Amino acid sequence: MALSGDNERMIRRAAREVLAGMTVNLGIGYPTRIVDYLEPGLPVCLHSENGISGQGPALPFERADRNLIDAGGAYVSVLPGTAFFDSATSFALVRGGRLDLTILGALQIGSNGDLANWTIPGKFTPGVGGGMELAQKARRVVVLSTHLDKRGQGKIVSQCSLPLTARACVDRVYTDMAVIDITAEGMLLREIAVGLTVDDVIAATAVPLLINENDLDTF
Amino acid sequence: MIDKSTGIEEAISRIADGAIVMVGGFGVPGTPFMLIDELVRQNQQRLTVIKNDANEPHMGIDHLLRNGQVARLIVSHIGLNPHAIKLMNEGRIEVEFCAQGILAERIRSAGAGLPAFLTDIAMDTQLARGKQTTEFEGRQYLVEKALKADVALVHAHASDPFGNLIYAGSARNFNPLMAMAAGTVIVETENLLPLGGISAGAVHTPGPFVDHVVQLHELTGAYGVVRR
Repeated sequence: MALSGDNERMIRRAAREVLAGMTVNLGIGYPTRIVDYLEPGLPVCLHSENGISGQGPALPFERADRNLIDAGGAYVSVLPGTAFFDSATSFALVRGGRLDLTILGALQIGSNGDLANWTIPGKFTPGVGGGMELAQKARRVVVLSTHLDKRGQGKIVSQCSLPLTARACVDRVYTDMAVIDITAEGMLLREIAVGLTVDDVIAATAVPLLINENDLDTF
Repeated sequence: MIDKSTGIEEAISRIADGAIVMVGGFGVPGTPFMLIDELVRQNQQRLTVIKNDANEPHMGIDHLLRNGQVARLIVSHIGLNPHAIKLMNEGRIEVEFCAQGILAERIRSAGAGLPAFLTDIAMDTQLARGKQTTEFEGRQYLVEKALKADVALVHAHASDPFGNLIYAGSARNFNPLMAMAAGTVIVETENLLPLGGISAGAVHTPGPFVDHVVQLHELTGAYGVVRR
């Protein structure tokens, strides 16, 4: 799928979340694309729910191993240092606090960091997979998502109307418009996309944003 | 050590109508497609199937769904199978969703002889509905019950006749957990090696958990790379 310039910039910015030495789980959709924007050779250990740590790059069908997919169903590869394990071990790693970072998609993000990303009752009911455990137990939880949904509605809301994945779990949100931290005081606007004004972001966000004009970057 | 080699027809005949059946696999890797094909042929009815996912349309346990053999599914995710979602939405099958790692741990618990465990995963969500909660050391937890089956269907890369198993790549997933959690454990293996053919330290599932070993002589196309 081709990316728009705005979405590419969003992914490129979010990729800077991933630091050397981290064990990281990337959710399905835009988060998966982050691997394409990591600094080559960055020593990072990618975890996949179906039982892989140290997952290597995706492979085309011609070179695929039929026994090696990631949790999103893409054929992937091994690296020196890759490990395979069962599903209980995989989630022990998550619940036990060994996952430094997860980057997830979102349907809605509440102003207190609530995350809804697994179901739209009556319309989209696939089941939650490993999402609840990732959102609840990764040491750092960031969301990577377009600012607006397909109907133009803001995904950042004062309170999620959709069923929750986990309560008050999100630390930071990256969108095509802004970078926003969830703090004890509220949602803090940290960065805005090049070409936008603060008012553009405020107009597209249903939640009051805390803004420090002296500490506001662009990306 | 005894020889547990069994023909596929005889092995699957151990499944009764109304049975609870665990099926290994996460997507294609680790799904015991040929054991499932034989279960479709024998047509046991009113099954409860426990599996991570519902495979994809016209693959794996979707054949059981299309053949009307499944009353209830216990899964973490069925998003790759719109047919399963349709049956659920039409009320033709009952589906219980479980957070993926909790599903794994419920299965592991049954295999480890534990009746239940406490967790804060899914607290305050839809998946907590109807579940018992309890206070432990000042905090609230959900009580998650162990999940036991009558029969587990497992796919192995290699087995010896005693049922010492090894799995390939990401085909391990739920297979070793299910191999501990059922009254009767049926394994299909791509390679049947002699006793001693698997190095003791390399065994993923020890033979005492396994009841029947079915050797696959030729894999069907279902095991191949899926070009979506």
